[in-house]
Amino acid sequence: MEAVSLKKDKFVIAGRNFKSRLIVGTGKYKSMSQCAKAVKLSGASIVTVAVRRVNITDKKKALLMDYIDPKKITYLPNTAGCFNSKDALRTLRLAREIGGWKLVKLEVLGDKKNLFPEMIETLKSTEVLSREGFKVMVYCNDDPLMAKRLENAGACAIMPLAAPIGSGLGIQNQTNIKIIRKQTKLPLIIDAGLGQASDATIAMELGCDGVLVNTAIAKAKKPLNMALAFKNAVISGRQSYLSGRIQKNLMGSASSPLKGII
Amino acid sequence: MKKIKKIKIRLNGKFKFVKDDTNLSDLLKTLKIPLKKVAIEFNQEILDKKKLNKQILKNNDKIEIVHFIGGG
Repeated sequence: MEAVSLKKDKFVIAGRNFKSRLIVGTGKYKSMSQCAKAVKLSGASIVTVAVRRVNITDKKKALLMDYIDPKKITYLPNTAGCFNSKDALRTLRLAREIGGWKLVKLEVLGDKKNLFPEMIETLKSTEVLSREGFKVMVYCNDDPLMAKRLENAGACAIMPLAAPIGSGLGIQNQTNIKIIRKQTKLPLIIDAGLGQASDATIAMELGCDGVLVNTAIAKAKKPLNMALAFKNAVISGRQSYLSGRIQKNLMGSASSPLKGII
Repeated sequence: MKKIKKIKIRLNGKFKFVKDDTNLSDLLKTLKIPLKKVAIEFNQEILDKKKLNKQILKNNDKIEIVHFIGGG
C-alpha cells in the first residue's frame, strides 16, 4: 500500500537509524521542565546540547540529564559559542569524555552579530575530528562548493543554515539548498533560521533529510504547541516530497470534467 | 599546632584554596560532582576519570569541570 512507504523511509546518520527527522535544540526555554515537555511533543530522537562549566557553587541546580534521558534520546553535543577550530576541538573532545559521544555537531562561528559560520575554521575542524573518529554533523553556510569540501573532509551530515541562527526568517536561498541536495547523498539537514512550522515543511519538500529547530519552538508564545506543529510539519513535508509534486503551469487546468456539462 | 598548608588552584575559572596534598578525586567528592555526567580537564588536558585519585593537586593547577546544558 502506498501510505506504508513512509515507514520504509529511513533516516540514517553515520550508520544509525533515527525515528524522527526533526532534531530539536534544548536552549532558550523558560525551564528545563518546559524544554523536556517540548522535546517529548516534538517526537525528536536527537537533541542538541551545549558543553559548559558545571556550576560549582549551586549544586542544587537542575541538570539537563535529569530531565532528558540520554539513553532514550540521542544527545548531539554542539560547539556553540566557539569562534575558532581550537576551541571547537577542545569542546567536542570534552563532550566525548562525558559519555562516549562520537556523533557531534560542529559549529564554528565567525561573526558575533550575524552568527554566520566561519567556514575555513569549520573545514579544518571537520578534517581533524573525522580523523579522530568523530562523526561530524557540520553547521555551514548554504554554499554548494563548501558543502562539497566538507563532504570530502569526512562530514557525516551537511547542515546548511536557512537564515541566521535564531532569526526566524525561514529559508533564504532555496536554489542553493536544492543544488546541495542534488550533489550529495549525505544527510542534508537545515540548521538554523526557521521561524514557523511551514518553514520546516518547505525544507523537507526541497528534499532535505531533516531539520534542526530551537528558537522557533522555544520562543514561540506556546512552545509546546509549536513543538507539535513542527513534528507534523516535518512529517507532512517529507510525505509531500516523496509523493512527487505536480508540474507548475502558467495557465489553469480544470479539476472537473467538461464532458456532460449542462 | 602545625599549620595546614594550603595551595591555590583555579577551578572553573575561579581561584580556590585547598589543603596541600589533596587529590582530585577528594576535591570532586567534596564538591559533590556527579562524575558520570561531567568531563574534567586538568591543566588543559582531558583527564581519564578513572585516574582522578592519582592526581595530586599542586599550586596553580587549572581544573575545568564541564557538563551538558541546554543549547541549540
